[in-house]
Amino acid sequence: MKSTSNEQVLLKGLAANDSFIIEQLYKENFSTIQAFILANNGSYDDAKDVFQEAMITLYEKAQSGSFVLTCQIKTYVYSVCRRLWLKKLQQLGRFSHPVDNLEETISVDDDLEEHAKHDAAFAIMDRALKSLGEPCKSLLEGYYLQKMDMQALASEFGYTNADNAKNQKYKCLMRLKKLFFAQYNIGE
Amino acid sequence: MEDLILLETIEKYLSNQMDAQEKIAFELVRKNTPDIDQMVVEHAMLLQQMDQYSMVKSIKLTLAQTYQNLLEHGEISNTIEVSGGGKVIQLFNKYKRVASIAASVGGVIALFISGLALYLSPASHNSQIQQLSNDIAAIKKSQQYQGKLINEVKSKLPAGVKFISGGSGFLIDGKGFIVTNAHVIKGTGAIVVDNTGKEYVAEIALLDKVKDLAILKINDPDFTSKKSLPYSIRKSTTDLGEEIFTLGYPRNEIVYGTGYLSARSGYEGDSLSYQLQMSANPGNSGAPVFDNAGEVIGVLSTREAQLEGVVFALKSNNIFKVVNDYNTSNEGGKDIKISTRSNISRMSRKNQIATLESCVYYVKSFDK
Repeated sequence: MKSTSNEQVLLKGLAANDSFIIEQLYKENFSTIQAFILANNGSYDDAKDVFQEAMITLYEKAQSGSFVLTCQIKTYVYSVCRRLWLKKLQQLGRFSHPVDNLEETISVDDDLEEHAKHDAAFAIMDRALKSLGEPCKSLLEGYYLQKMDMQALASEFGYTNADNAKNQKYKCLMRLKKLFFAQYNIGE
Repeated sequence: MEDLILLETIEKYLSNQMDAQEKIAFELVRKNTPDIDQMVVEHAMLLQQMDQYSMVKSIKLTLAQTYQNLLEHGEISNTIEVSGGGKVIQLFNKYKRVASIAASVGGVIALFISGLALYLSPASHNSQIQQLSNDIAAIKKSQQYQGKLINEVKSKLPAGVKFISGGSGFLIDGKGFIVTNAHVIKGTGAIVVDNTGKEYVAEIALLDKVKDLAILKINDPDFTSKKSLPYSIRKSTTDLGEEIFTLGYPRNEIVYGTGYLSARSGYEGDSLSYQLQMSANPGNSGAPVFDNAGEVIGVLSTREAQLEGVVFALKSNNIFKVVNDYNTSNEGGKDIKISTRSNISRMSRKNQIATLESCVYYVKSFDK
């Protein structure tokens, strides 16, 4: 039972973006994943990418408070990576029989589907922000992502007063909204 | 301009900065103006997406930094390591290109030749074999699954130990001697679980890694020894085409499987084993293989990784050999006596199984 509570600590740490915990997760899991990817036609870079994606999937799950891990983190991460990598191989047409050492896996298809949706939304938001151009992008990022206050933003960008900056910010937001929803609806 | 004011109001509403009166008024407007209602919903969604975006972005940053950190500290590697010997490395770097070209030319030739050889020689397979023992994770799961059961009888496991491997095993002497595969016993101790879920503490009496066999002795006051076993162990070899069946624990429950003997030798001509045609899964390692008469003809141990249904079993005469080893080295203790008569030969399969079930155990090995 001790190990279970330890796993809970790790999950909470991940959800809180705690770099110490994340390092822990890397140390405990990365080498297995790397070995698996390397044994299955992958490169070191592939291992890095797949692992990162699996960690984000786990992060998204950990964020939603309702998540209960039904297996060890190790098993979960391995299952996600295995699924992701086999899918990638299939897409590349490099599919061969998976080689693994009978490590237990669980079904993670639902979670990955969920993650793919999040990932698509992330990409759309990323594109939308980028196509806004400056100073809109930085202004919005400053206010909504870094949660800076209007006064500080106004002086950083050189607006004469906070009200002007605020108006500008709303204009930018309206553009972002248009850009985002134009694609997000299709994405759904 | 109006839009801007509206947006500001919506934002204020969504971030709960309105006072009660304002809020009621705004909610009324929302209710009566579908357009504004729609704007509020969209705005909330957008803000939520931006939040999500920002969180994922920062976790990505942390992950990338962590990876970089660990890389720099050598905790993980992203290249094939070449360690030691400064000069060798220099030489290696200098001639890397040449060497790799030479190697690939050599490789192509080798491939061509081996392709030719493969084409000309009778079909052979390059698949591997897998041991059928359970791995840690699977055991962990079964432990959870069995949690209730184990709690009821108060697990016999010493505190603070870790399961590291598991499989099946079966009695060869009613006094409590069990045979299983050596690769099932990766730890320093073992417990066995019978078909009703009762656990017994067992000690490792003998471990023969060459033959891949292990003998366990149940050392538990709760165990009532059986006067005689319903089956015997076959001394002679078995013939091709013989129908066989097995009972084992690929999961927490005993599982029955059937097939036939397909070759007199095992993987790559291994004369200690038979090849069988049947399905087997991790956890089946150490399970007995019976013939129609209910005699043990082998111990299920490995399977071919890439071919479905190709399974290998150690021949039963190996059991006699390890039992002999045990009896000669075991001065003073009780010798193992193997029964040579099977009294279930005329029973129907269902009755055979019902009789045999209680003699097949789920073996779990742990480490302190």
